[in-house]
Amino acid sequence: MPIQGNLRDFSTTQLLNLINLSGRTGILRVFEGMPTGERDSNGNEKLQAGKERAQVLFRAGKLVYASVVGQMNDLIAVLNKGGKLTENQAKVLRERAKGTGDKALAMRLIGANYVTRNDIVACVQQYVLDIVYGVMVWNREPFRFDENVNVDAADRILVPIDIQNVIIEGTRRLKQMDEIAKHIDNLDLCLRFPANPKEKYEGVNLSVEEWRVVQYVNPKNTIRQIAKAHNMSESEIRRIVYGLEQAGLVEIVRPATTTRKDTAAGTTGGRPPRPNTQPQKQVVNRLIDKLRSMG
Amino acid sequence: MQTVKMVITGPYSSGKTEFIRSISEIDVVSTERDVTTEAERREKGATTVAMDFGRITVDDDLVLYLFGTPGQRRFDFMWEILAEGMLGFIVMVDSSKPETFREAKSILETFRAYAPTPYVVAANKQDHPDAWSPDDLRIALRIDPEVKLLPCVARERTSVRDVLLELLYAILEDMEEQE
Ligand SMILES: Nc1nc2c(ncn2[C@@H]2O[C@H](COP(=O)(O)OP(=O)(O)OP(=O)(O)O)[C@@H](O)[C@H]2O)c(=O)[nH]1
Ligand SMILES: [Mg+2]
Repeated sequence: MPIQGNLRDFSTTQLLNLINLSGRTGILRVFEGMPTGERDSNGNEKLQAGKERAQVLFRAGKLVYASVVGQMNDLIAVLNKGGKLTENQAKVLRERAKGTGDKALAMRLIGANYVTRNDIVACVQQYVLDIVYGVMVWNREPFRFDENVNVDAADRILVPIDIQNVIIEGTRRLKQMDEIAKHIDNLDLCLRFPANPKEKYEGVNLSVEEWRVVQYVNPKNTIRQIAKAHNMSESEIRRIVYGLEQAGLVEIVRPATTTRKDTAAGTTGGRPPRPNTQPQKQVVNRLIDKLRSMG
Repeated sequence: MQTVKMVITGPYSSGKTEFIRSISEIDVVSTERDVTTEAERREKGATTVAMDFGRITVDDDLVLYLFGTPGQRRFDFMWEILAEGMLGFIVMVDSSKPETFREAKSILETFRAYAPTPYVVAANKQDHPDAWSPDDLRIALRIDPEVKLLPCVARERTSVRDVLLELLYAILEDMEEQE
C-alpha cells in the first residue's frame, strides 16, 4: 500500500517520523499541487499530483539521499555545491567522466587524491540535508511514498543519516507555526519518555533549550508548567515539544492524575465504583457468543 | 430485558452508518439528510444528522444497541448524550483520507473524556486502493500501543463482526482488570 496524501494534512516531519518508526525502505516523492477545483472534507482546495518536485530516499528507516527535480544531483554536482570542486573543475570532469557512475567516479577521485572519502560523505550529507530541510517547509504539496523500490538503482552514493536529528533541526527551522500549533494543540498534556529511551537518545544533538525541556519530562508536569519553569513562550515550547515528539524522543500523554483508572470522581484509592447499569461479565460473554455465531 | 449500547463514532464519511447497516438486524433507523454543501454533495448523498441506530438481539432478555454519531462537528452537541452509559466505543477512520486523521484523533480524545470505557479504532475502507495500513495509522494518529487498531471494511459483515468482537474482548479484559 502506498502512503499518500498532502503535506497540508500530513507534514514532511510527520512522514519522516513514520518512516523512522517503521524502519521503511523506499522513495518519497513530492509533487507540485494542481488544483482540481474541488474541496476536500476540511474545505481545503483539493490538489492532485502534478509535476514531480523532489525525491527523498530511505533505507531501513534512515534518510539516504534526496534530489530536487531540475537540479543536477550527481556526485560532481554534490562536490561542487560542497565547495570541493570549482565550477570549472566540475565542467571539465563532467566532460571526461561521461558515463562513469557516481561510485566509480568517487573511487577515481579518491585514488587521484582529489578528495577524501570523508569529503565525499560530508558533501553528500550536506547536500541531502539542505534539500530535506527545504522540503520540510513545504506545506501543501501532494506526496507519495513507494516501498519495494530499489533505492540503489540511480547509482548514487547513499549516506545513511539518522532521522531524529533531521526532524529536530528541521523543526528549529520551521517558519510557519500553524503546523506545530495544530499538532501541539493542548498545553495541558504531559510528556513521558518512550519505552526505549537509551536507544532513542543515542547520537541525538539537542540544544540547551531542548535539554531543559527534556529534564522536566515527567507525566506529572504539563507542557504549560515546563514552559513556565523555563520562562518559555507558548510558541517556543510548542516548537521544542513538536520536534522532540516527532523525533520519537518524548511521548505526549494526559497528566498522570487523570488517567482513566483514577478519573471516577472522588474515590480515595481502590477502584471507582461501577455504575450499576454496568453489565456483568456474563452479559459481555453472551454478546461475544452471539456475535461469534453471526456469519 | 437488559439493553447495552455501543457507540460508533468518527469523522464525516468515515463509514459509521455503513458499519451499523452491515450488522444490524433491523434496517438502520437513520436520521440521514441530504448533504447541504457543494463539497459534501460531491462526496456522497446523505449525512447523518442526529444518529444512526442499529440492533442485535441476543435473546429474549438481552439486546445490543449500536448508535452511530453524526460525523459533522455542527451536530456534536449530540455526542455526549449518545455517550452516556455506553459499554464501549469504536472510532471509525477512513484510512484513505489523511486529511481526516487529525479530526479522528480529536474525536477519539473527546469521547475518551466523556467516559473511561474501553474503545477500539477501526481502520476502515481497507479495500480502498489509497488506504493507509493499520500500522501506519497507529503512528499517524499516535494511538497507544495498548489500544487495538483493527483493519476494517464496513461494507463486509464479517469484518464489522470482528471489530465488534475485538471491542467486546477489550471490555472483558477491562472488567477482569477491575476485579
Ligand atoms: N470502499 C469502501 N467504502 C466504504 C466503506 N465503508 C463506507 N464506505 C463508503 O463511504 C461513504 C461514507 O459512508 P457512511 O457510512 O455514510 O459514513 P458516515 O460515517 O456515516 O458519514 P456521516 O454520517 O456523514 O458522518 C459511503 O459512500 C460508503 O459507501 C468501506 O469499508 N470501503
Ligand atoms: Mg452516517
